Amino acid sequence: MSEQIEQALSRKYEAGFVSDIESETFAAGLDEEVIRKISAMKNEPQWLLEWRLKAFESWQKMEEPEWAHLHYAKIDYQAISYYSAPKSMKDKPKSLDEVDPELLRTYEKLGIPLYEQQMLAGVAVDAVFDSVSVVTTFREKLEEAGVIFCPISEAVHRFPDLVKKYLGTVVPRSDNYFAALNSAVFTDGSFVYIPKGVRSPMELSTYFRINEQNTGQFERTLIIADEGSYVSYLEGCTAPQRDENQLHAAVVELVALDNAKIKYSTVQNWYPGDENGKGGIYNFVTKRGICHTNAHISWTQVETGSAITWKYPSCILKGDNSVGEFYSVALARGKQQADTGTKMIHLGKNTKSTIISKGISAGDANNAYRGLVQMGPNADGARNFTQCDSLLIGDQCGAHTFPYIESRNPSAIVEHEATTSKVSDEQLFLCQQRGLNAEKAVSMIVNGFCKEVFKELPMEFAVEAGKLLEISLEGSVG
Amino acid sequence: MLKIHNLHAKVEDKTILKGLSLEIKPGEVHAIMGPNGAGKSTLGYVLSGRDGYEVIDGQVELGGKDLLELETEERAREGLFLAFQYPVEIPGVSNMEFMKESVNAMREARGEEPLSAAEFLKKAKEACKQVHLPLDFLKRGVNEGFSGGEKKRNEIMQMILLEPKLCILDESDSGLDIDALQVVADGVNSQRSPERSFIVVTHYQRLLDYIKPDFVHILADGKIVKSGDASLALEVEKEGYAWLGGKAQEADA
Ligand SMILES: Nc1ncnc2c1ncn2[C@@H]1O[C@H](COP(=O)(O)OP(=O)(O)O)[C@@H](O)[C@H]1O
Ligand SMILES: [Mg+2]
Repeated sequence: MSEQIEQALSRKYEAGFVSDIESETFAAGLDEEVIRKISAMKNEPQWLLEWRLKAFESWQKMEEPEWAHLHYAKIDYQAISYYSAPKSMKDKPKSLDEVDPELLRTYEKLGIPLYEQQMLAGVAVDAVFDSVSVVTTFREKLEEAGVIFCPISEAVHRFPDLVKKYLGTVVPRSDNYFAALNSAVFTDGSFVYIPKGVRSPMELSTYFRINEQNTGQFERTLIIADEGSYVSYLEGCTAPQRDENQLHAAVVELVALDNAKIKYSTVQNWYPGDENGKGGIYNFVTKRGICHTNAHISWTQVETGSAITWKYPSCILKGDNSVGEFYSVALARGKQQADTGTKMIHLGKNTKSTIISKGISAGDANNAYRGLVQMGPNADGARNFTQCDSLLIGDQCGAHTFPYIESRNPSAIVEHEATTSKVSDEQLFLCQQRGLNAEKAVSMIVNGFCKEVFKELPMEFAVEAGKLLEISLEGSVG
Repeated sequence: MLKIHNLHAKVEDKTILKGLSLEIKPGEVHAIMGPNGAGKSTLGYVLSGRDGYEVIDGQVELGGKDLLELETEERAREGLFLAFQYPVEIPGVSNMEFMKESVNAMREARGEEPLSAAEFLKKAKEACKQVHLPLDFLKRGVNEGFSGGEKKRNEIMQMILLEPKLCILDESDSGLDIDALQVVADGVNSQRSPERSFIVVTHYQRLLDYIKPDFVHILADGKIVKSGDASLALEVEKEGYAWLGGKAQEADA
């Protein structure tokens, strides 16, 4: 093993608030004892344990929401194990030969290098040469700029004041059913802090956490952009990811202090399940950011995976002149169900928000947009523009739009536009007459439909997202 | 080049082509005229393999191949091009992107390397100028918000870029003012060659002043009812379709 790799590995170990118990998987079920054990395993300070326990207390009193436009069998929360150790090497597939060929075909089409394919598919590999050295240089550059980007479990120990000050301030412990559950049992996630006036020298990508095993089904992310700073954060990757755990309930909190800007981009491609939707991931996410004076938060998301997606990245525009944006492409095909949207809460004066939502449904899929725009009594001169477009491929799918507008300030302006269109036979015929096959044609038409959102994504992400849609739509035209 | 024999075709249980035969040799320009509803557009759709247009009898050969065996996109790659009577919009997909994919699909079918972005851009700019469209039309969505005349010129631009063997122009002249008509005609004439053939569907003899046809056919009630040279078009212009007899008139009604 090269020295570099050894270093990288040992560094991780040094960070090591990881005790031996980690190699065990908890029995199914959730009670106080389980939460104490999770906390103990991570050597957490008392305040965090108490925080978790309070979240658990709230969760127990809450009801699972049923208002979303989703249908699924009731989840038995006592049948889930809330801590599972990384799979041991011997339980993993020995090589790509043992992995679902369908998955490999997709990796190939996305042009994913072999070592990454192995990682994504969970093949037992000892060390990943390229990626380790990439990670090391990446970390060094960030440190130079004073940017903190580390697992949140590590931040709890290294930057306890920051974590304590901000954790749960944007998404309170008892905000909603899934957020409360996450607060009680979260395993890990990212922590980012950008110091005053610093522009992060590179895009922070969860890709660099690719070989951190098992961030788990209850991921927790906290990003703090101090005054006048800027960061672009990329979550996820285009490769379809499989996970043993069906239920995912993540929480992401963004804090943009005065004059700061956070750009948060997601490409989510969890396994949607087989053709009957079996085995697909349920993804219940709470994402919210708070903008202080003149701050700016921009959410961009491309959602193609999961059996069920329930997700509303939101902005609280607390400071005057702050700006919130939401650009979303949500694709649902086969038996997939997506219920996504955003909330823009205008509290400060002259706050602005833009919502561009593109929903694509194919097969039997259902896609719902749910958006709330709230203009508070002090939001003088606030403005919102919402554009909500749905594209249907085939006759069996559905699109639903639920815009909620609450204005308590007569000077605030809210504009809403909505369209529904179909990939028409004429369009398909034109493309085919020009030599393109039906699949290429559909993907091109869909990409055109999504253009306004894709242009918000970092360049290479946008290209991948386009390819991803193409692959995802394969077989959706007969 | 193209041999159509006794073609019968239907749309939604309605038989529209009723025994149409036509032979076109390389380099020839054939004009097809006829009353509204005669089946002129249907002929273009059937030849290019549009979904829902079902052949019930007859044979069609393109360059010696059984055209009817091929998928829509395969026919296009064999060099069949249709300039639409009503070009459809594809919002958000730029003309550039669309044409590049298309040109490269044709090249791939011919076993050629795809054009690089720079090579393609050069060709596209030339074609764009040739049909007198401003260059920013390359960046705009396919037909998105184009005027009727701009759409027709855009079709001709695509034809120029794709270098097809057989071009079917479906009323590429209708709705055009005299300048635009000239542009479209010039575009077509620039592409005439001993290897390339054209079917020019039109209502108006005036287009044929600019694009000189080798043959003129009258299509009525799903069949070619009369063929002749350019003078036939002049006759139609003067007399209408009435003199052709009952069948043609019926279709006009
Ligand atoms: N999709 C369709 N469904 C039913 N009838 C159709 C359809 N398309 C064309 N037709 C009919 O076929 C006939 C020929 O139409 P068309 O080929 O467009 O004529 P032309 O181009 O000569 O004016 C017309 O009577 C028209 O109404
Ligand atoms: Mg017609």
